[in-house]
Amino acid sequence: MASMTMIQALRSAMDVMLERDDNVIIYGQDVGYFGGVFRCTEGLQAKYGRSRVFDAPINEGGIVGSAIGMGAYGLRPVVEVQFADYVYPAYDQIVSEAARLRYRSAGDFTAPITIRMPCGGGIYGGQTHSQSPEVLFTHVCGLRTVMPSNPRDAKGLLIASIENDDPVIFLEPKRLYNGPFDGHHDRPLVSWSAHPLGEVPEGYYTVPLESATVFRPGADLTVITYGTMVFVSEAAAQETGIDAEIIDLRSLWPLDLETLVASVKKTGRCVIVHEATRTSGFGAELAALVQEHCFHHLEAPIGRVAGWDTPYPHAQEWAYFPGPARVGAAFRRAMEN
Amino acid sequence: MSQGASLRLHVPEPTGRPGHETDFSYLHLSRAGEVRKPPIDASPADTSDLAYTLVRVLDDEGRAVGPWAPEADPELLRRGLRAMMKTRAFDARMLIAQRQKKISFYIQCLGEEAIATGHALVLQQGDMCFPTYRQQGLLLARDDVTLLELTCELMSNERDPLKGRQLPVCYSMKRAGFFSISGNLATQFIQAVGWGMASAIKGDTRIASGWIGDGATAESDFHTALTFAHVYRAPVILNVVNNQWAISTFQAIAGGEATTFAARGVGCGIASLRVDGNDFLAVLAASRWAAQRARSNLGPTLIEWVTYRAGAHSTSDDPSRYRPADDWAHFPLGDPIPRLAQHLTAIGAWSPQEHAQTQADMEAQVNTALKEAERFGSMADGHVAGAATMFEDVYKDMPEHLKRQREQLSSEG
Repeated sequence: MASMTMIQALRSAMDVMLERDDNVIIYGQDVGYFGGVFRCTEGLQAKYGRSRVFDAPINEGGIVGSAIGMGAYGLRPVVEVQFADYVYPAYDQIVSEAARLRYRSAGDFTAPITIRMPCGGGIYGGQTHSQSPEVLFTHVCGLRTVMPSNPRDAKGLLIASIENDDPVIFLEPKRLYNGPFDGHHDRPLVSWSAHPLGEVPEGYYTVPLESATVFRPGADLTVITYGTMVFVSEAAAQETGIDAEIIDLRSLWPLDLETLVASVKKTGRCVIVHEATRTSGFGAELAALVQEHCFHHLEAPIGRVAGWDTPYPHAQEWAYFPGPARVGAAFRRAMEN
Repeated sequence: MSQGASLRLHVPEPTGRPGHETDFSYLHLSRAGEVRKPPIDASPADTSDLAYTLVRVLDDEGRAVGPWAPEADPELLRRGLRAMMKTRAFDARMLIAQRQKKISFYIQCLGEEAIATGHALVLQQGDMCFPTYRQQGLLLARDDVTLLELTCELMSNERDPLKGRQLPVCYSMKRAGFFSISGNLATQFIQAVGWGMASAIKGDTRIASGWIGDGATAESDFHTALTFAHVYRAPVILNVVNNQWAISTFQAIAGGEATTFAARGVGCGIASLRVDGNDFLAVLAASRWAAQRARSNLGPTLIEWVTYRAGAHSTSDDPSRYRPADDWAHFPLGDPIPRLAQHLTAIGAWSPQEHAQTQADMEAQVNTALKEAERFGSMADGHVAGAATMFEDVYKDMPEHLKRQREQLSSEG
């Protein structure tokens, strides 16, 4: 075990996989010599050489499109899109190509690629460095969409994603890179070294895909969430005194339905929390699943807390970000019914 | 008020439309044998002139002339001619099968047969093509691809290797070096570059060959592919088949007016050739030059193949609505099949009798394959892969939600 930030944990995952599998290669903008704008690939080019870790042109469609060709050849490319906000030029390659290649060729060709991208807000990045576009991927059949909330899960999930034979969208909540963040932006930063989930095994291990975890057990209501909102929900539980059971999905789609259904059946109340905009957000799918599978156990309407349906603002960031106060209000509403 | 002339938007038009003949002088043809052949290790900039001229080998008398005339065993050329004739016979029969409602849709490559078949004879086992839907010649030139398996795909029947998931002609055949056809245009071009990059990363000897039409070069994936191919010196051949038409859109709307598609390559630092795509010997020679460069770590080559889409875009198209109905008859680069037959006849390696016999043989082979494929049903008669198979291959291992949906289909329909 070693104390790691999420950045170090992700780097460790890539290091382990570069070492274990010659077919793993890594590229993206600034990821080579420099080691990435968030330093996730720092030192990997020096260790594994320029033909396995290298810089790519500023062309997300090209990064993903070439990775699909490499996947068809037999490699396992791990590519970085510098910010999730920049993934849209690659959307055709992801949706029409990577996601459907196995299906349309009846298994003749596959694209076992992992597309890493930092997502989410809380870093004063404005509308081009703060987005949470997960639902654009969960809606696409053939993709796996993953989002860790802490260093230990990040490493195990990234290794599982690289080893997975399906294309994986790996979203990294960048506000969690250096420490857990509960939404109290006005308080001192907390480091992962002070958190048990910052203790990370140094070697190879996986956190299986399609497996959610009960992040905080509780009896009063179920919170279904992922990414940064796991810690915001935890703060809201502490501050309201409501004994929330927090489910960290980790794999958004395909997902671990059993864990969330079991929890909602136990508590009878459910609040869904995500950073992304509300309308047609992933919360809508989660709410539909909960009512389909738990309707007769529900004692209150399913609550949703999300980003407002606006672009992510710069100067109004903390009015936009779903913080512990907004999440806590949803908890209280769920308990009133 | 400005003193200058009023501004005008330029919207390119073809020189010919229904009712008036095309002036093909816009093609700026070179004479056979006229264009120089640079050394295999020529710098990309040193191919600039070759991107604006036209590599041609066969002259009007069927003689192979000039520096690009390839050393070619007559048996190889005979094989090429047979492959072109097989492709044409297959297309002709499948068009009829579509009208007979035996298949739902078809795309022919009439007039363009030399490009894919000639290129296929240059590639080696293990190389990978990333084709469009008009490169069936890559498959039909091979001895290890049967007409039956192609026909079963076209009929979407119980023996369709793609289980009825793809439109007819969107073949996938890894063992034959033929990447799954998307149907979304241009996406495969950058994937071809990625495949070539992978081969280079692994220290392999295999090369990639990407394909795109003149129309789809307007997509960003085309320019992306050129950038990546140049940056990483990828072992890839970048084929642009300029058949003048993208459905009803003339190649000038894709940006071909007053320049060439080959010129795109030179601008990106890629060795580039503009080649007579209806000249089988030129196809062989240019493909060999590009393949040798790729195999020698000399990087990518872009080849613009100048040809003409003699038929409709697909079975859903009627080209007489937007171009002269007899346009192909006036196309100055002619028909690749009689051109190669003329050459082979002149060197004593072909005859009108053999031509007629080959034609009859090919038609018989195609008919036999179609009849055999019909034994396995068609989409029209409902003999297709079972509905439950639609849930397979979405993921490697079927997730729970798809199992539930498959059960629901089975119990509720």
